[in-house]
Amino acid sequence: MADVAGHIVKSYEQELARLRSLITEMGGMVESQVAMASEAVLGRDETVAARVVEADPKVDALEQEVQQFVIRLLALRQPMAQDLRFIVASLKITSDLERIGDYAANVAKRSLVLHQFSLPFTLTGLANMARLVQEHLKEVIDAVGNNDAEAAVEVWRSDEGVDQIYNALFRELITYMMEDPRSITPCTHLLFIAKNLERIGDHATNVAETLYYAVKGETLAGVRPKGDTSAYAVVRPASE
Amino acid sequence: MADQVAAEQRSETPASTPDASAAAQIAIRNLEFLYGGNRALKGITLDIPARQVTAMIGPSGCGKSTLLRVLNRMYDLYPGQRAIGEVMIDGQDILAPDVDLNDLRSRVGMVFQKPTPFPMSIYDNIAFGVKLHERLSKAALDERVEWSLTRAALWDEVRDRLGASATGLSGGQQQRLCIARTIAVRPEVILLDEPTSALDPISTLRIEELIDELKRDFTIVIVTHNMQQAARCADRVAFFYLGELVEVGPAAQMFTAPRERRTQEYITGRFG
Repeated sequence: MADVAGHIVKSYEQELARLRSLITEMGGMVESQVAMASEAVLGRDETVAARVVEADPKVDALEQEVQQFVIRLLALRQPMAQDLRFIVASLKITSDLERIGDYAANVAKRSLVLHQFSLPFTLTGLANMARLVQEHLKEVIDAVGNNDAEAAVEVWRSDEGVDQIYNALFRELITYMMEDPRSITPCTHLLFIAKNLERIGDHATNVAETLYYAVKGETLAGVRPKGDTSAYAVVRPASE
Repeated sequence: MADQVAAEQRSETPASTPDASAAAQIAIRNLEFLYGGNRALKGITLDIPARQVTAMIGPSGCGKSTLLRVLNRMYDLYPGQRAIGEVMIDGQDILAPDVDLNDLRSRVGMVFQKPTPFPMSIYDNIAFGVKLHERLSKAALDERVEWSLTRAALWDEVRDRLGASATGLSGGQQQRLCIARTIAVRPEVILLDEPTSALDPISTLRIEELIDELKRDFTIVIVTHNMQQAARCADRVAFFYLGELVEVGPAAQMFTAPRERRTQEYITGRFG
């Protein structure tokens, strides 16, 4: 970004900078929502869970603000080329971020149910997944802040790792449920939590794709490597 | 005599309909334009397709208007200016010394920035040019005037006052009259040099609608400083800078994802 000359109209330049900072601010909010939601599950912390849910209206409000700002910019500045792409991209990015916030809130809500059960197994897989998803989210939001297409490609490629952990977790949780029907309730919630984290990872890669287009003017070539095969997974009882 | 025969043959075609196949394509190859010690155009190679609107954009002094003036050899009016290279209009090199300039300018019409109606009636503004090139009966001439004014979306506004002075028309109407005058001689190419820069927004939109209408029959080249206008009207956009053709492509691509950095900086208002 640094090698591109500034606009002749300085107020336009400032508006574009403000748009970018609104997105990164929103990104920061959902990042902390995801971090707190993970902590709520893994650290069994109910107060943190409540804060995730409370943050949701603020994220929604920021999304609204970006939307209105974008409409104003389109009407008043008639943007072209990379400016147009970035302005339109910011609409898509904020809607992805908003979804990420919703998933985080859902994880937090489920953590409250989960706390009513004692779990006879550790949550190592889920912890790894949460860590990885948070890393990707941070990286992609930084990439938006720096208008860095290459960093976006890195995030886009690395989502496969999240999917692989999710697949393993899916099988693991089904196995627990088969072993002991009393674990069905907590395991189902854990399954949804894992799925929510996996979706957060997907939205982070959406942001990466959108940013790439905004910067480069072309879509990321090829099909993203996807590792979520849980839709085809079958786990059978050992007796069969 | 030969001219007279040619003119008569030409007037045999129905006066109310243009020859749909007349729209020409233009092939510019290695075009240089020199005046004094300056090179105003440097090695321009550009294809201008028939029945499309090609917009030429770029900052002042980039050569876009010069190129427009080469296309009908308007520069011949100024001593010490010359063009080198090749400009083929339907296979004929119009830079060749033996080109009949009157004939060329009837094939390649031009509309200027400011409306330039002749100080005569609306009817005569149209008929004047036609009479220079063709010998038509009164009825055929009337028909041609109506056809031109209709095509220029002006007929309904002036049909009851064709004898009135053209200078009494509004600026937007005057510009449409100039377009009518240009198409009256049934050119193959229409050159528009900033045709709406002196007009209000509604008159501008009328001209843009007209351009959209006219491209079905004519090859249109427009020079504009208004980027949004180029985006609205043009099928293809060529960006010039310091006498060079930097980039040319479909309008949608040029305004959403131009390839060249100089194009990006110019169309986003970052030039510096």
